[in-house]
This record gives sequence, structure tokens and C-alpha cells, in this order.
Amino acid sequence: MNAPTYNFAYLDEQTKRMIRRAILKAIAIPGYQVPFASREMPMPYGWGTGGVQVTAAILGPDDVLKVIDQGSDDTTNAISIRKFFGKTAGVATTTSTTDATVIQTRHRIPEASLHAGQVLVYQVPIPEPLRFLEPRETETRRMHALAEYGLMHVKLYEDIARFGHIATAYAYPVKVNARYVMDPSPTPKFDNPKLDNCAALQLFGAGREKRIYAIPPYTTVVSLDFEDHPFTRYRFNAPCALCGADNSYLDEIVTDDKGGRMFVCSDTDFCEQRQAAGHHGTESAAPHKEKAHV
Amino acid sequence: MSELSSLDNDQPLLVAEGLAKNYGRLPACRDVSFALYPGEVLAIVGESGSGKSTLLQLLSAQLAPSAGRVSYRMRDGVLRDLAELGEAERRFLFRTDWGFVHQDPAQGLRMGVSAGANVGERLMAVGWNHYGRIRDTASTWLDRVEIDVGRIDDAPKTYSGGMRQRLQIARNLVTEPRLVFMDEPTGGLDVSVQARLLDLMRNLVSELGLAAIVVTHDLAVARLLSHRVMVMKGGRVIETGLTDQVLDDPREPYTQLLVSSILPP
Repeated sequence: MNAPTYNFAYLDEQTKRMIRRAILKAIAIPGYQVPFASREMPMPYGWGTGGVQVTAAILGPDDVLKVIDQGSDDTTNAISIRKFFGKTAGVATTTSTTDATVIQTRHRIPEASLHAGQVLVYQVPIPEPLRFLEPRETETRRMHALAEYGLMHVKLYEDIARFGHIATAYAYPVKVNARYVMDPSPTPKFDNPKLDNCAALQLFGAGREKRIYAIPPYTTVVSLDFEDHPFTRYRFNAPCALCGADNSYLDEIVTDDKGGRMFVCSDTDFCEQRQAAGHHGTESAAPHKEKAHV
Repeated sequence: MSELSSLDNDQPLLVAEGLAKNYGRLPACRDVSFALYPGEVLAIVGESGSGKSTLLQLLSAQLAPSAGRVSYRMRDGVLRDLAELGEAERRFLFRTDWGFVHQDPAQGLRMGVSAGANVGERLMAVGWNHYGRIRDTASTWLDRVEIDVGRIDDAPKTYSGGMRQRLQIARNLVTEPRLVFMDEPTGGLDVSVQARLLDLMRNLVSELGLAAIVVTHDLAVARLLSHRVMVMKGGRVIETGLTDQVLDDPREPYTQLLVSSILPP
């Protein structure tokens, strides 16, 4: 056997200490963005460098890791990060939401409810919810410090004025523990209610922007809205074509160039579990035989 | 407005005592003292570099004075030193009880968001959470500043200079402030637009019983809007008095020069 080339979970111990300190501070102040000295990771920015660093800092040898990208366990990003930790930390990996102790995610919260002891790690591209309204970092920090969040409602106002309803469909701003306004990373707003009072610890890492923030277990998380335009979830009005689920978040898949499309669960683990339990939709998940071109 | 008139109007709203500001060795503003009463409009006139804008920034607590102090009578009737307010209190004052009209509307507006949101922002900042009511209030204010309500969803970057300035005024007045600071509010506008804007401001100021401090180099603005005038030169106030008195019968040679430099109509 070759001697291990990397420290456990790739990052050196000092870096992990630094990141853990940032995580502890983030947990102590729910929703507050803690700056940290983000490292270069062997992947490009935008591929989850923040999430990977948080995962590396909290991973132990006994952990079971699941990585999802847009709900799916089998996309390039999910597979490469899972393999990365399989190689550098030697931890067990899984695709099952309930079996995992650490779940790194991009853009989704799993459908299966999370349980106490689990940690959900989000990959965050832009942690600052006020960024597109107020470009100055000095000013946004001051606004957070003084809890001046009128501007966040300006964004929602603009949505209603333009589209007649709050058209923000992802990265929908939330207020954590009645104090900090937070960007839940680009998860669809369908997932927002799952942030509230969640049994699992939720950690958010933004590698390029060098910020870590957190929602401790069982914390109140409220989606911002207006009295006369309350927050609503959004979901395609269809059952999953593979497992028939009518309560899961769906992806729209274009199937041909004649307008054909199907809706399937974005959470592949959830969908497969249901199919294994005997649920099925209008389409079969079994691979089609290649049709010969006539 | 009733709660405002119930306040004792004999008490000053804003008091400046011995205000001074130095930029390094350069004294930009020296020993300025005055009191502003509720409903009173004070014009600060003088040429470029006379310290007008520095004084305005000192009065609105955007700059810390090198000496002296500014006190403001809060809504509870207590006169408080602005330097002793916390940052949160000062910022709250700035977006509720005060207005600040910039010369360049781009500084006072969010150019990329709609006019309605621009006017509504202050309301949302003080906790309004009902879209319909915010929008109604914004429409009312657009109407009051003579902007076509049909353009409520257009961004100010699509507005003309005069409309932008009127929108900025609406945005400031929506929380019914008691004191408005204006820095060259008609600068950069053509003469007919200026006249319309001045007319509008004069009406609003008298309707709402606003106190205002207007910095201008345009004596016509001072004459039309203000009750009192302060003439500044080299950082000092060299003459002060009722507007008609100062402009029709200037005492100081510099004021005489200033008044006589206006072309006769």
C-alpha cells in the first residue's frame, strides 16, 4: 500500500482548525456571515470550494458522506466530490439520505426529512443577500449590524410590481432566528420551509467570497414576504414520471425536439427509494432499448 | 401633521453652536452658530469653496465637527447632541425624521429600481409590510410631485433630470420628516424646470410645515424658498437675516457684490 499523499480530508490540520473556529462562530450567531481564510482547492471556484472546505473541516473517519448536486447523486460535481473525499479521507460514502451523517449539497435540500446528528453542508456562490441591491460590502455589513433590512423588501416589491407576484424562485431571502437576513444559497424556494426548525445542523460555505454561515438545529427560519403577498412554495403541477410522487420537487426534462417533456423528482435518492418500494409513474426507469433509426 | 403642531414651535428644532471643521490646516468652516425653528426655511448662500457644503454635512451629522456641536430636538421634544447619538439612532433619524436632497439625484435614488420602490424604501425600512398600502402611498406621492402615476414602475434612469429631482423629493418626504437638507436642489436643471421645481418645493414646504436648510449659490432659489439667509465667505458666516432684508439691502461688501452680480431681469 502506498503511503497517504494527503493529510486526512486533504486540508492540513491548521486550516481545519481555522475553519472549525469560523464554523463555531457561525453556529453561535445564526445567519451571520463569518469571514474565513478560504484556501485554494483542487477544483474551480463555483464547483463547491466553500462546501468542500467545510466538509473537510468537519469530516471524521466514522462519518458517512453523501454528496448531491441539484438533488442528484450521479452528476459530475457530486461524483467528483464524493470520490475526492473517498480518496483523501477514506470515509464511507452513500447515496442514502437517512444513512449519511454529512451531506454536502448544491441547490437542494433532500426530500427525506433530516434527523438529529446529521450535518447538511451547502455550497454557496454569493452569500450576501443584499449584494445586488447594495454593491458596497462596507455598507451591507453595516446594514446587517444595524438590522436595516428595508432594502430586502425593495427587491420583493420590485418583483410584485413587475410580475404581479414574488417571482424570486431560488435564493429566496430568509430571516434566521428573528435577526439576520440570510441567503439560503440557490436552493429553490420550494425548499425554504425545510430550513425552519430543522433537526440537522446546516452549514453554508462560500469559497470564493470567503464566508461561512450556519443555521443551528431547531432554529426559526422565516421566508420574507408581504402581508398581502405571502410566501408560497412553487412546484410543477405534475406527478413524478418515474415514481409518481406528487409532493417532491421536480425537474423538467426535455425528451425530444417536438415539445415532449417529462417531470421527474430532482432528488434521485428519494425517487429510487420510492420505486424500490413499488411506486411507479407513467414512465419506466429501466433503460430503453436503443431504437434503430429507420 | 397634528402631532407636529402640538410641539412647542417656540423651541428651536436644530441648534448649531460654534461649529468648525478643518481639513488639515485648511479651515473649511469657522465658528458657525444659529438656531432653526420648526417650519422655517434657511438658505445658506455663498460662492464655491465658501464652506456651504461642509456646513451642511456637519449639520446633518455626516461629518464630525472639529469644534462645536449640533443639537436636534427629537420627536419626544428632547434636544440632543447629534454627536452623542449612536450610529443606529443617527441612521434611523436620517431615514425617518430627516430628508436629504442631493444635487445629483443619482446619489439620492436607486437608479436601477422602480420609482415606486424608491419612494417605498423608507416605508419598508420602518417596517411597512403591506404591498398594497406601500404602493398606494407611493402613487399618492408621485402625484404630489407631479410625476405621472403611470410611470411608477419605471426606473429613475429612464426619467429626465427634473423628474429625477422631483422623485428624490418624494422619496424623502414620504416618511413626513420635520427637517429637510437640500444641497443645490436646482443645480444642473434648465430654467423652466427649475422654476417648476421651486414652485413645487415652496408649496410642499408650506403645506407640510417643513423646516429646511437649503444650500445654494443661486440667490433666486434663496429668495423664492427661504425665510432667512446666511451668507458665507471663506468658511465664516458674514451676514445673516431675513431673506428680503439681506437680498434687498445687503450690508457687507461681499453680499453687495453677490447681489449685484445677478443680471437684472
